[in-house]
Amino acid sequence: MSVRKLLTGNEAVAQGAWEAGVRFASAYPGTPSTEILETIAEYEGIVAEWAPNEKVAFEAAMGGAFAGARTLASMKHVGVNVAADPLLTMAYMGVNGGFVLVTADEPGQHSSQNEQDNRRYAAFAKVPMLEPSDSQESKDMMRVAYEVSEAFDTPVLFRMTTRVCHSKGIVECGERTEVPVRTYVKDVRKYITVPAFAQKMRVRVEERMKRLAEYSDASPLNAIEWNGRAVGVVASGVCFRYAKEVFGDAASYLKLGFTHPLPDARLKEFCAGVETVYVVEENDPIIEERIRILGFACRGKDLFPPYGEMTPDVLRKALGRGELPHLEASPERIVPRPPGLCAGCPHRGFFHEVGKRKNLVVAGDIGCYTLGFTEPYNAMDYNACMGASISSGHGFQQVLDMVPGEKRRVLSVIGDSTFFHTGVNSLLDVAYNRSRTVSVILDNRITGMTGHQQNPGTGYTLQGKPTKEVDLVALVRACGIEHVVTIDPNDLTAVRNALDWALSLDEPSVIITVWPCVLKKMTQADLSRFPDLFSGKCRVIEEKCIGCRMCLRTGCPSLIYDAAKNKVWIDPAQCVGCTVCKQVCKPEAIVKDFKETAAAPGALAGAKGGKG
Amino acid sequence: MAGTSEILLVGVGGQGTLLASNLLTLALMEAGYDVKMAEIHGMSQRGGSVSSQVRYGDRVESPVIELGGADILVSFEQMEALRWLPYLKPTGRVVVNDYRIAPAPVLSGKVPYPDGILDELRGKADTTVVDAAGIAKRLGNARAMNLVLLGALVKGMDLVSCVDWERVIRENVKRDVELNLKAFREGMAQVGTR
Ligand SMILES: Cc1ncc(C[n+]2csc(CCOP(=O)(O)OP(=O)(O)O)c2C)c(N)n1
Repeated sequence: MSVRKLLTGNEAVAQGAWEAGVRFASAYPGTPSTEILETIAEYEGIVAEWAPNEKVAFEAAMGGAFAGARTLASMKHVGVNVAADPLLTMAYMGVNGGFVLVTADEPGQHSSQNEQDNRRYAAFAKVPMLEPSDSQESKDMMRVAYEVSEAFDTPVLFRMTTRVCHSKGIVECGERTEVPVRTYVKDVRKYITVPAFAQKMRVRVEERMKRLAEYSDASPLNAIEWNGRAVGVVASGVCFRYAKEVFGDAASYLKLGFTHPLPDARLKEFCAGVETVYVVEENDPIIEERIRILGFACRGKDLFPPYGEMTPDVLRKALGRGELPHLEASPERIVPRPPGLCAGCPHRGFFHEVGKRKNLVVAGDIGCYTLGFTEPYNAMDYNACMGASISSGHGFQQVLDMVPGEKRRVLSVIGDSTFFHTGVNSLLDVAYNRSRTVSVILDNRITGMTGHQQNPGTGYTLQGKPTKEVDLVALVRACGIEHVVTIDPNDLTAVRNALDWALSLDEPSVIITVWPCVLKKMTQADLSRFPDLFSGKCRVIEEKCIGCRMCLRTGCPSLIYDAAKNKVWIDPAQCVGCTVCKQVCKPEAIVKDFKETAAAPGALAGAKGGKG
Repeated sequence: MAGTSEILLVGVGGQGTLLASNLLTLALMEAGYDVKMAEIHGMSQRGGSVSSQVRYGDRVESPVIELGGADILVSFEQMEALRWLPYLKPTGRVVVNDYRIAPAPVLSGKVPYPDGILDELRGKADTTVVDAAGIAKRLGNARAMNLVLLGALVKGMDLVSCVDWERVIRENVKRDVELNLKAFREGMAQVGTR
């Protein structure tokens, strides 16, 4: 029986995976992909797991496919870089049960550090790729992806983009097809990648690409819609939808859904059949390059920007049609709403102290704590990719130490989830090469930035079931770090002392700050481990406030400055009583009133966090 | 596409814009429309500016609303209405909550919260100011503000009879159903049809 549901693209991928008989799925969170696995976790019949990073997620799913089940791995675009090593070799080995890697790309970089075009990975790895343009296709194409994977003995890349992931549309849902686990038969020529075997696999990959090219030309996912012959538009993914809005019913379309290898015969037929060909694609000119190789002229990146989303207004402007008539608002009446650390964020106390120090270079990483670079902390020098703080901090220190008279010390700052992701490797480097850097693990007991996913340090699984929790101190020591201290980041004296201590050492050290993210849904374990959580709120005694505004330098959004009175007050709806402001208030105008049963704001707000 | 109607709901993270746009989208599907909804959950969610874009009609292609595209702009907060004003058709309609949420630069005393926003809106577009917060508070829960604004939107877009709204709300709102229904009805009463 079919049911109509309103689903996001991510939810539709989950539904499609379930219908296609997927039995095992693994992922590491990352916007815009995160909800794929969170939704899959709700289905019966699929074992779904968070992995510590994307390479691990990919490999777990790869193993499951070798063992004979249909499996899935999902990740954001940069996650595929982390998983690229197994991807490029699994492409030689093929599958037993079908295997699909979902990559969620981010044209427009709404929540990402770069805008890489992962369609390049399909060409790079020599694997087939599918690109849905909306929720219905996201569901339907999953089934096709698994059929292709098994028929051609190959992993399949499934490319989503932010707009497809996060837009809702109506989806006709179906039933699950139970696909039995295929028998695993030992076959070293297929699964052992020593050069002698891999060279043969390499040849088979090229043969496979030829057969896939024929398939692509025959696939109904690559379809021509003939209308007028003056203008023809070639597009894939959500770009097809945007193009329809702008070019309308007068133009003809070649809609591409199976996009690697591209359907050469269809492209030729289409380009020969229209006067002017427009190629609408986000990021790189991949379809455009193919059309030129086939000997046709087309308009593409000469008109349309190579970055950002190709939304209808962008297309219209690029085509010289200007903008739709619209109103303008006075810019002076619009104040920005920059992202900032939440009231009660445990990163605040730490960065407040770091920002006051000179002679420090702070190597940052990716997470909510990246906001340590912002006003009023100004406490971060750079960040690149997940796990890079500790390793690049080491290299930074090595070179600083070569410069005569250079006194600066490097502080490497990383979140708990990021540490488990790839920070552990970096810490091994620091210990092994006896670095002088100070590594700080900001353990807020959850993967905050992407909306509160469990990780190996939280003690819970994707489904919220209790599991073994990493002993972080023991792990750090086992890497070879002898100097380790654990502190409460809301205790500014403790933060200062820990920094002084670590910077006095000439050997590798680690500071672990432990306090839960304020938006996290607290567990019983959190409540007993942190008895002070939400035990009261801070309040300004107005007569004592001298308007010095030292407290505002903590950057807490619950502090409100009243210019008329030259006083600060604290919004009780936001304050959770972390006391960072109280500790910096010289005239002692801030007090914390203890309450027996202050509720956790995270639980009340039902807040789902930001992204990254 | 001709025949596509476009609704833009904006506000500040945490105001419940998402519940309102979800109810709206579900109702439009039940009413037999093709419908798509886009939202960007960026880092913006931490007290940042948020938007949900709903497009419906016989057949909807793109999920996003472009500059000058929206038939109606429903803003849960004053300044956000101005921020998103360029996305409204010049002949479109604004429903704005008479409610202010100070952004960080205002809280820290760097700049004041701008004055004259409602006057500017009234001067530029067909604007209805709704005291959704006041109404919701009077009904017993300030959080029901979003249902007041949904009611105003439904009336403003002439969607009152396209579906049994009471049933949609009953089936999809988990808490305080009666209060939310009252909020929805009061919201409808705030706006006239054109
Ligand atoms: C390779 C890669 N995978 C995933 C992400 C998405 N991402 C950004 S921050 C983050 C998690 C940060 O969590 P944590 O280190 O615990 O810091 P918090 O946000 O909780 O402070 C993730 C998964 C990314 N940017 N890069």
